[in-house]
Amino acid sequence: MNDASLLTVEDLSVAFRQSGREMIAAKHVSFDIKKGETVALVGESGSGKSVTALSILKLLPYPAASHPSGRIVFKGRNLLALSEREMRAVRGDDITMVFQEPMTSLNPLHTIERQIAEVLEIHKGLSAAAARGRIVELLAEVGIPDPQARLGAYPHQLSGGQRQRVMIALALANEPDLFIADEPTTALDVTVQAQILRLLKRLQARHNMAMLFITHDLGIVKRIAERVCVMKAGEIVERGSVAELFARPQHPYTKALIAAEPKGRPAPAQPDAPIVMKTDNLRVWFPIRRGFLRRTVGHIKAVDDVSIAIRRGETLGVVGESGSGKTTLGLALMRLISSNGPIVFLGKPIQGLRFRAMRPFRRDMQIVFQDPYGSLSPRMSVAEIVGEGLRVHQPRLSAEARAAKVIAALSDVGLDPETRNRYPHEFSGGQRQRIAVARAMVLEPSFVVLDEPTSALDMMIQAQIVDLLRELQRRHDLTYMFISHDLKVVAALASNVMVMREGKIVEQGPAAEIFARPQSDYTRALFKAAFEIDTTAEQ
Amino acid sequence: MDAATEQKRTETVAPEPMGMIAAPRIGVPALSPINKRRWQNFKRNARGWWAFWIFIVLFTVSLFAEFIANDKPLLVSYDHHWYYPMLGRYPETTFGGDFQTEADYRDPYLAKLIKDKGGYMIFPPIHYSYDTHNLDLPTPAPSPPTWMLTEAQCHDVAVKKGVSDCAGLEKNWLGTDDQGRDVAARLIYGFRISVLFGLVLTVISSAIGVAAGAVQGYFGGWTDLLFQRFIEIWTSVPSLYLLLIISSVLVPGFFVLLGILLLFSWVSLVGLVRAEFLRARNFEYVLAARALGVSNIVLMFRHLLPNAMVATLTYLPFILSSSVMTLTALDFLGFGLPPGSPSLGELLSQGKANVQAPWLGITGFFAVAILLSLLIFIGEAVRDAFDPRKTFA
Repeated sequence: MNDASLLTVEDLSVAFRQSGREMIAAKHVSFDIKKGETVALVGESGSGKSVTALSILKLLPYPAASHPSGRIVFKGRNLLALSEREMRAVRGDDITMVFQEPMTSLNPLHTIERQIAEVLEIHKGLSAAAARGRIVELLAEVGIPDPQARLGAYPHQLSGGQRQRVMIALALANEPDLFIADEPTTALDVTVQAQILRLLKRLQARHNMAMLFITHDLGIVKRIAERVCVMKAGEIVERGSVAELFARPQHPYTKALIAAEPKGRPAPAQPDAPIVMKTDNLRVWFPIRRGFLRRTVGHIKAVDDVSIAIRRGETLGVVGESGSGKTTLGLALMRLISSNGPIVFLGKPIQGLRFRAMRPFRRDMQIVFQDPYGSLSPRMSVAEIVGEGLRVHQPRLSAEARAAKVIAALSDVGLDPETRNRYPHEFSGGQRQRIAVARAMVLEPSFVVLDEPTSALDMMIQAQIVDLLRELQRRHDLTYMFISHDLKVVAALASNVMVMREGKIVEQGPAAEIFARPQSDYTRALFKAAFEIDTTAEQ
Repeated sequence: MDAATEQKRTETVAPEPMGMIAAPRIGVPALSPINKRRWQNFKRNARGWWAFWIFIVLFTVSLFAEFIANDKPLLVSYDHHWYYPMLGRYPETTFGGDFQTEADYRDPYLAKLIKDKGGYMIFPPIHYSYDTHNLDLPTPAPSPPTWMLTEAQCHDVAVKKGVSDCAGLEKNWLGTDDQGRDVAARLIYGFRISVLFGLVLTVISSAIGVAAGAVQGYFGGWTDLLFQRFIEIWTSVPSLYLLLIISSVLVPGFFVLLGILLLFSWVSLVGLVRAEFLRARNFEYVLAARALGVSNIVLMFRHLLPNAMVATLTYLPFILSSSVMTLTALDFLGFGLPPGSPSLGELLSQGKANVQAPWLGITGFFAVAILLSLLIFIGEAVRDAFDPRKTFA
C-alpha cells in the first residue's frame, strides 16, 4: 500500500443475488486515490462504475449485494469491515457523495438550510443557530447568489444547476477528505454543466480534497481528472494518467471509447428541393389562470412566433437548453398538442384538422422520442410495436405481408429480424432506440421528428445511432427535424441549425455558417460550453 | 443502480443460442418474467396459497351441488331400463304409479314399486335438495342433526320407517331448518349461489368501473370533471336504504338483485383506473402510438389498460368478498333472494329467529366466516404478489 494514498481499493468484487442467481457487477477492481487528486472512473452504463463507488460508502442494498473479495482501505481502516454505526461516522464527514439527479436527491419538504444543518448537527454537533453562519458561507462558496435570502428556499424553488450546487455544499459541509461525484452533471444543460465542473475543480483545489469522479463522458474526464480508470463489464481494462491515456490508448475498448464521438458530415442543404414542412409564426401558449373565475392572466409562451421551412432531404437541427421549447415545437408540428398558426405539410395545411382527417398524414410524418425505455410499450412484442402503424394505415395488409414489412424495417435499422417476437425489456438501450426508429420507418414516412434520440444513450451507441439515422436519410431521401441539446450530435447530422431560447428563435441558418460564425451571445456561450475544454476560471 | 437492469442496457448482447431464436413466441406469450415472479410471490404466501386451493375446491364441489345433495336419484334401474331423473322428468306412471306428475323418488310407495320390479335407485350422498321437506322429522322443526338425537326422540320415526334405531334413519348431518329442510343441502346450494352472485357482480361491476375510469382518465378535462362530480353525488346516496326501498318495490330475483347492487358497486374501481390512465396517457409510448394515428379505443385497450390491470386485479378478491357480504346482508334482512332460495343470509336469520336451535346459527356463522376469510386471505396474497417492492426486491 502506498503511504501517500488516501483510499485504496484492492481486488474489490461486488455480487448481486436475485431470485437465486448470483450476478457479478464488479470483478477484482483495484485502484487508489492520493490526497488532493482526481481520479475518474469511466465506462458505459452497466460497466459497474456506480456500483464500485457505492460500495466505498457501503450504500449498496445489502444483503442482496455482497463482496466476495476485496478490501477498501481509507486512512488505514478497512471500510468493508466497519460496522454500520462506524460507517455512519464516515459517511457525510470523511467521505461524501453527490449523485446524478439533482431533482430527487434533495428532500422536497425541507428547506435547504435544514438539509445542510442536518449534516452539520450529526457530525459536528452544531446547533441550528451556530450552523447558520457556516451554511451561508457554504452556499456562497458554491455560488448560490444572495445566500442569506435563499436559506429558507425549498428545492423546487431552485433550478437544476442550483440544486446541484446545494448538493455540493451539502457534501462540502464537513470538509471531507474524499469527494465522490457520480455523474454529477449528466442531468444538466451544457452551459450549467460547464459551470459545475469549474466549481468542482476550484473547490477541490481550495480544500485539497481527493475526488473520485464517475462519468461516461470522456470530454469531462479530460477537463477534470488527473488519472483515469476505464471500466468495462465490471473490470478495469485500462488505467493511467489522462494525458497518456488520451494520447496512447492501449486497450481496444478505450480506443473505441475515444473514437466514439459522433462523426461524419451532415446531408447538404437543398435550397431548391420542395418544402416538406413549413410554419409561420407558430405559437404554443399555455394560459395561466388565476382566481375564482379562472381568468386568464397571462401565458407561458412555450413556442412563440416560430417560423421554419424544411426542405426535402434536409435536416433541421433544433438546439437549445431544457425548457427552451424545442420538444414542444416538435409535438406541435406533429399535431400532438394544439397550437396556433399555419402548419403546411407537403403543400397541404394541416392545422386544425380533426383526428380522423389527420390520420392519412400521420403515415408521412413520424416521431422518435428521447427515452428508449419509455417509448416502447413493455407489454407488446417488437413485431407488434413495429407493425402497429401498418395495422392503422394499411389495415388490409395480410399478416404475412405485414410480417415481411416488419422484417424489412428491422433489418433496415440493423436489428436481427429473428428477435421480433421478444419484448422490449430483453433489449439494450441502443437496440431499443433502433426499434423505435424501425417503428417510424416501417411506414416509409417523408418527414421524421427526432426528439433527442441519442441523449439517453452511451457515447459509443450515440455514434452508432447517428450513423444509422444518416444512412437511413440517404437511402430513403428523408427529411429530419433533429431536436437536441448535444451540439456534437447536431454538428454531425444537421444541414440547417436553429437555436431556440425561451420559446423564441435566437438564430437560424445553414449549419456550417452558424457553427463557424455564431451571431448571438447566447449561441456563442452554448458552443463554448459544448466544445471548449475550460476549467481554469469560474466565469 | 440495479445490476440486473444495468446488465441489460449494455449494447453488445451475447449471441443467443439458436434454439431460443428458432422458437418464436407467437400467440399467447408465456408468463413474462415479472408475472413469473408474481406467481412465485403468490405461492410463497402459504396462507393465501392454501386459501386459494381450498376455495377452488369448495367452489368446484358446490358447482356440482345437484350431484351431492338432491332428492332425485342419480340413476334408477327399473324393469331392466336405466333412467336418469336428474337429466329428464319421468312421470310417476313410468314406474307403475298412478299420477302423471313427476315421480317423487323419496316416496316409500314409489321406492317399493321400483324394488318390486327388481330395480334400484342410486342417490347422491345427501338425499335432500335445498327445498326438500323432511316429512318424517323425529322432533318438531327445526330438528337437530341426526347424530345429536337421543334414541327416545328417534323411536317414533324409527318404528314408522321400520328401522331399529337412530343410525338407521336418513341423516340430516347439520339438522333441519324451521321448515324441515336439510341444512347441509341448503348450505351447499347457498354457498354456490353466494359465490356465483359475487363473481358475476364483481366481473360486471369491474368491467363497468374500468370502462368508466378509462374514459375519464383518458379524455380528462370536462369529461373527467363532470363524471367525477356525478360519482361524488352518486356515492353519497345512502345505498343500503335505497336498496331496501327498491327491493321492496321490485320482485327480487337473482338478476334483479344483481342489477340493484350493480347500481352502486361499479364505482369502487373508477378512481383507481382513472388515476392509472391519467398517469399513463402521457407516457412516451402512448404518445408514439398517437403519432402513428392509432385510434382512441385501440390506444385505451392495447396501450393503457394493461397498466391499470395490476391495480384492478389487486382489488378483485376484496370486491368479491364485499359482494358476497352485501348479498348475505340483504338476505339476512329479508330483502334478498326470493323466499325459499338457499342462501347464507337466510340461514343466519333463521339462526337468529331460532336461538333454541344452535346448529342453524353456528352453521351459518362458520360458513360465512370461512368463506370471507378465504377470500380475504387470497386477496392479501394477490395484493402482496403484485406489490412492486416485493416483485423487484
